[in-house]
Amino acid sequence: MEETDSGSGRLISDGDCVVLKRQEVYKAVQVQRRKKIIFEKQWIYLDNVIGKHYGTTFEICSGGNLQTKTAQVTATEQKEAGADNRNIVDDGKSQKLTRDDIEALKEKGIKGEAIVQQLIENSATFRDKTEFAQEKYIKKKKKKYEAVITILKPSTRILAMMYCAREPAKICQLRYDTLAQMLTLGNIHARSKVIVMETCAGLVLGAVMERLGGLGSVVQMYSGGGPVRAATDSFGFPKSFYKGLCEFPLNKVESLLTGTYSCRSSSSEQNPALGNNEISETQEQSRDNGEDSNSAPECETVTDTNTQGQLEAMEVSGEGPLSQEEAQKQEKKQLALERKRKQDEKRRKESEAAALLQNKNADGLIVASRFLPTPLMLSLLEFLAPSRPFVVYCQYREPLIECYTKLREKGGVVNLKLTETWLRNYQVLPGRSHPKLVMSGGGGYILHGTTVAMDPAKPNINTQEKSEEPAAKKMKVEEEES
Amino acid sequence: MSFVEYKDLIEDGDTAIVFLGHDSMFPITIQNGSQTQTKYGVIRHSTDLIGKKFGSKVTCSKGGWVYILYPTPELWTLNLPHRTQILYSTDISLITMMLELKPGSVVCESGTGSGSLSHAIIRTVAPTGHLYTVEFHQQRAEKATEEFRQHKVDHLVTVKNQDVCKHGFGVSDIADAVFLDIPSPWEAIGHAKSAMKTEGGRICSFSPCIEQVQRTCLALEEHGFTEINTLEILLRVYDVRTVNLQVPDLGRAAEEKSSLDVIDRPKQIPAGQHASALFKSGVPPRETVGHTGYLTFATKSLF
Repeated sequence: MEETDSGSGRLISDGDCVVLKRQEVYKAVQVQRRKKIIFEKQWIYLDNVIGKHYGTTFEICSGGNLQTKTAQVTATEQKEAGADNRNIVDDGKSQKLTRDDIEALKEKGIKGEAIVQQLIENSATFRDKTEFAQEKYIKKKKKKYEAVITILKPSTRILAMMYCAREPAKICQLRYDTLAQMLTLGNIHARSKVIVMETCAGLVLGAVMERLGGLGSVVQMYSGGGPVRAATDSFGFPKSFYKGLCEFPLNKVESLLTGTYSCRSSSSEQNPALGNNEISETQEQSRDNGEDSNSAPECETVTDTNTQGQLEAMEVSGEGPLSQEEAQKQEKKQLALERKRKQDEKRRKESEAAALLQNKNADGLIVASRFLPTPLMLSLLEFLAPSRPFVVYCQYREPLIECYTKLREKGGVVNLKLTETWLRNYQVLPGRSHPKLVMSGGGGYILHGTTVAMDPAKPNINTQEKSEEPAAKKMKVEEEES
Repeated sequence: MSFVEYKDLIEDGDTAIVFLGHDSMFPITIQNGSQTQTKYGVIRHSTDLIGKKFGSKVTCSKGGWVYILYPTPELWTLNLPHRTQILYSTDISLITMMLELKPGSVVCESGTGSGSLSHAIIRTVAPTGHLYTVEFHQQRAEKATEEFRQHKVDHLVTVKNQDVCKHGFGVSDIADAVFLDIPSPWEAIGHAKSAMKTEGGRICSFSPCIEQVQRTCLALEEHGFTEINTLEILLRVYDVRTVNLQVPDLGRAAEEKSSLDVIDRPKQIPAGQHASALFKSGVPPRETVGHTGYLTFATKSLF
């Protein structure tokens, strides 16, 4: 069904989106021949990874080329170790190799393993260290001198961990366990119709698309010129996954809800000079991805068939020999056509999204953005069918407390829960097991619940808050005054 | 109704969740002609439920009303009949993501237990994936099989009644992911490895005790698994409450009090002779779950 799951899909090919892993550090890149990539302060070329299996480990050799790492032969020496550190004195002279010596070894292109071995042999205190301390010493030196890189297939797990570690600000500090909660509590699964509003570089969108597996549809709400999908691109989804993806501008939601929506009202379209600059490059790219996957959905517009015709015309006219002037004209014309085609495509996707939203029968809503959640939720929940889960993420707790209160007042939701998860990492080693580090705070908060049929007649008595309602109402009046 | 695909209308034979109010719900099987008793009175399936939309409000005989909800795996987890200790959605979420489950994934699980995780896995790997689940307790295996059939997901799951530590999962070179929730997972690591695809995959083991984790980690290392990583995830729930704190009377005159108002200070309302401050807060419950178990993840690599 999907080329990604067949045997050949496990081999790395030119142009693939991959993730490089060194120790606990990840970096997402695209494989390209003869392209320099900087990773962990080292220049590398990925030419040699093409045709190898995903999950293969490589060593960096001279010139930044990668070479498949051969299985390690662990040297079985007689092990000498001390019992404790009572006789170990830190005089700074235990390592007999100077920094220059080590640099010289590196210059010669000697393998990392050999350098570590040299360091051990030239350490006066190594034999006196306890077994545990020796292990720790070797591990530390290996980390520094053995440049070993594993190439992995991108996944939500890897990319979410990567973004948490490298660029938490870009994803509103959304920790990976929190993202996991959202996908589960939102019951995101194949053949669903999901609404996503995110400003997390497209990571949340990518995670949702992975769970849909190319089946179902996603409407991405965006603010500004277009959706940011830098992280979505790193997943390396097959083109077919983009068929079910369309986007809708947030600033037209109100008109869609009041029934005054028209597809041709965006200012940037009427005035291309004004709008085109604010469209980010990532968006352009992602649109390109979506473009070739036109499997002619039901709501195919007339403009679209027009562009098809124009395209054919272009191809035909490109065959005859041309003078330079004419060629230039032709090029201009092509550019204009191209722009028009892109615009029509954008418009088509938008009306597709509008049609999906207007049915008000979406199966799920996922919100994770830098915006205030309350107004987003009050509007976007309108598009959901009854008895469907929704999840809203916020970096801070207070806005979700407000959102909880407002949703309660409005009704049409049950089972509202405000939660947070803590994640604890463990070091598990014989005789040395303990928690590694506590990740708390900064992982963000989640508000989730289930939609139900709206009852315009009377307020919800059944799902009342555990506090005195009158007090809360007074409170609200007071708030508005301030 | 199927656990892997939404639908709008309630039909005969469906499983549904009756939602009565704050944290109070129970599952029912819709049956033409049968009745369900609630504290608000009787619900008659044929007239009150069948043909109605999921999510609608149903008025009971005593005039009270309830909501009928679509059974997601998460709601099922909160309402299923316990045959064993179960995994809750907090752990399930992390397991699903860290095992990289998605549509098309082939998963091995043991033990099946009450099927809480099984339903969540099936939901995620449908429509093209499959779950092979092993349970050594015969009645539990039978009960799970019956439940899967009732929930119309039996085509996505194979239940085997055998001891996973002795006889493995009954499949080889097929799984993208393996999940173990058994007393001695270290005895099943070898079987897990052979059940997994040659090109590799992910494994997870859930154990309440650190000693179990240690033995499991050693076994994983011996079998050549990499990226071994042990995690614990804890859920914190916050009740949203309006809190009312009294302003202490320090003997100041009233006009002085108002001059004390800082911007951030919550609004004060006079309550009798005492002024008090109201604010909304997320209050943690008095008692909460402190530990479920450790989750150990690892990768089977190619070589």
